[in-house]
Amino acid sequence: MLSRVANSIYWMNRYVERAENYARFMGVTFNLILDLPPGGQQQWEPMLLASGDNHLFYKHYDKPAPENVLRFISFDPNNPNAVLSCLYKARENARSIREIISKEMWEHLNQFYHRIRELSGKKKWNMDNWQDFFSEVKMGSQLFFGIIDSTITRNEGWHFGRLGRYIERADKTSRFIDVKYFILLPETDFVGSNYDQLQWSAVLKSVSAFNMYRQTHRSINPSEIVEFLVLGREFPRSIYYCLQQAELSLKKIQSDAPLGRPAVKLLGKLLSHLEYSDVNDIFVFGLHEYLDNFQLSLNKVGDAVFDAYFALKPVSESAGTGEQ
Amino acid sequence: MKLNSFDGYDIGMFFDEMFFLNGKTREGYETFREELERMSKEELLDKQHAAERTLHSMGITFNVYSEGQGIERIMPIDIIPRIIAKKEWTALEKGLIQRVTALNLFIDDVYNEQRILKDGVIPRHVVESSKGFLKPCMGLKPPKDRWCHITGTDLIRDDKGEFLVLEDNLRCPSGVSYMLENREILKKSYPQIFERMDIQHVSNYPIRLLEMLQYISGKSNPRVVVLTPGIYNSAYFEHSYLAQQMGVELVESSDLIVSNGRVKMRTTKGFETVDVIYRRIDDTFLDAKAFNPQSLIGVDGIFDVYKSGRIALANAPGTGIADDKVVYAYVPRIIRYYLDEEPLLNNVHTYICEEKEDCKYVLDNIEQLVVKEANEAGGYGMLIGPKSTKDECSEFRKRIQNNPRNYIAQPTISLSRVPTIVEEDFEGRHVDLRPYILYGEKVEVIPGGLTRVALRKGSLVVNSSQGGGSKDTWVLD
Repeated sequence: MLSRVANSIYWMNRYVERAENYARFMGVTFNLILDLPPGGQQQWEPMLLASGDNHLFYKHYDKPAPENVLRFISFDPNNPNAVLSCLYKARENARSIREIISKEMWEHLNQFYHRIRELSGKKKWNMDNWQDFFSEVKMGSQLFFGIIDSTITRNEGWHFGRLGRYIERADKTSRFIDVKYFILLPETDFVGSNYDQLQWSAVLKSVSAFNMYRQTHRSINPSEIVEFLVLGREFPRSIYYCLQQAELSLKKIQSDAPLGRPAVKLLGKLLSHLEYSDVNDIFVFGLHEYLDNFQLSLNKVGDAVFDAYFALKPVSESAGTGEQ
Repeated sequence: MKLNSFDGYDIGMFFDEMFFLNGKTREGYETFREELERMSKEELLDKQHAAERTLHSMGITFNVYSEGQGIERIMPIDIIPRIIAKKEWTALEKGLIQRVTALNLFIDDVYNEQRILKDGVIPRHVVESSKGFLKPCMGLKPPKDRWCHITGTDLIRDDKGEFLVLEDNLRCPSGVSYMLENREILKKSYPQIFERMDIQHVSNYPIRLLEMLQYISGKSNPRVVVLTPGIYNSAYFEHSYLAQQMGVELVESSDLIVSNGRVKMRTTKGFETVDVIYRRIDDTFLDAKAFNPQSLIGVDGIFDVYKSGRIALANAPGTGIADDKVVYAYVPRIIRYYLDEEPLLNNVHTYICEEKEDCKYVLDNIEQLVVKEANEAGGYGMLIGPKSTKDECSEFRKRIQNNPRNYIAQPTISLSRVPTIVEEDFEGRHVDLRPYILYGEKVEVIPGGLTRVALRKGSLVVNSSQGGGSKDTWVLD
């Protein structure tokens, strides 16, 4: 498969997953705000901090007023991670590989993008409009992945798509958990209080994990929630599960090519680190620091994938094939 | 229920493809007319709308880019086909085979011995001053001596019904995807008519194209790719479609690299050698090192690989010499020179401004003529005398006097018409025809082509950017 094509499949998947996760981010923020005692200031900054978009945000806005943050995350053309920007890039990638993907995938993504673009022109938004908007984005993305699932051959391209999607999802789940770190409780006494519990529930809900968590856990408690979302073996948005799926695809891709070894090695190390961690280790290390480290290591995996498959340099080629 | 009827159809002063002047149906259209007049108006309009919807959902589009947001437009289709009877087609086919054979010999000659220039059949400076003449191609011997592998010749039909060649397109003729998709759509519209009529099929074009590309490589299992400038090119859909239909890779220049004397493509498993490139970028952009240093869409060094015979390109670089409109005027002489035959297909009568008498005629009669620049395409650099102001005419007179080499002129020809659905009725609209010709082992003309139609009333401009649509073209067996 052409490197450019693999790259486009990978990014098309990442961008759609990213759009969905930003919609989820907004969901968690809404949830957290509504669960805080009334009268307090709305906290829209934590999600910017957790997603790492705070620097760019303050280049264009003075303060994290709800309207500003919502616009910034949804439609702002200055924000490359805005939902609309993500879908635009996903669609452009899809357009460049139309001969590779299924007709249904293209048609859905095309409509999805045009629908969101149309909404971006709407002037007046109230809070429940925003909630509808974010659930529409979530649905659009889930439908896209459903179409892929039922129309695409399980070949190399399929695995590049999964790799992109799961790497993106692992990163974003780690950031959802981190939002909780940045949210300020009204007073320190609130740690472990009802409010604290409500906020942890909100984190679970933002990744659609509340019901699944409840089926196996009796109480809402931070350490069990973190265990579920970071180390959980079975939940499809837990970091461990995402990396395991990413590894599965990476190994399929790499099977007979020597190029991918560094990426496989880095991902394998990260995965086994998670495999042999328990949740106490995480809290002893510090949850926020742990997630930070994780994100850095995951970026390195992404870089290694890029080096191995998307950015071939002619130099390595002569060395690799022994041609004169 | 109202049935379709051609009773009120006005042929006008034109050659109509479907009817004689006395209203009788021409050969080839009888069955179609019979079936159509058995159908209700509503049914026909439903079919027309369904065809338009299919175009949208198939994504058969060309791109219009504005402010970074992609907008794709469709080229409208009219579901009344253009039908060509077998006898007519056979004559056309012979003429096209003759023309392409001669042009291929001509291109080979001007880049090698230049006999035709030495014998004074074409003035040397006409060839050497042409933008399409690429010096670096001197001495080239492309694989199997084939230069123009894919040709799309533009034909028109004058008021006497004679097919005339308007233009030869030997670089990157486009539009073949419309030919293929229009047929798919019409098969859905008229299954019962297809059953009754013996219409030659076009659907194996991608296979023929692939076979031709494999043939010129000389290898048993060559790696063939389609090279596109990328998604912002207006014909991107076609590039992607052809690659998909042939089952080969669609590459951009950034996918290719020259290394160890070969062209390779970057894949996830490392570099893989490419044997044949169906290039859909202009030849001067192919290689910034050899041709246009400003090109960002080429592959550095690819021309050297080509010269060494380690890659086949279709079409070969340098074929643009035959697209020059002044060279076009010499094609009848080219045919006589190489084949010692009379041309079977005539050119539109052409005045060569470089030749004194012609030039005088053009300057005196510019108001009645169509003047064209030698190297422009797509309706640019043109003066349509009867539709121009005095100022525009005198502007062109000046241009011609300053650089006569760069201009030709032709009488204004009124193109033939085909009935077309306009609102709820049939009206005549002007059409042209672009058949596609492949030259691998031998020259073969695909029995069909792209019929472009000027949808605006009275318009002679069939370009899709200016209100043009298309029709399916049925060649009968």
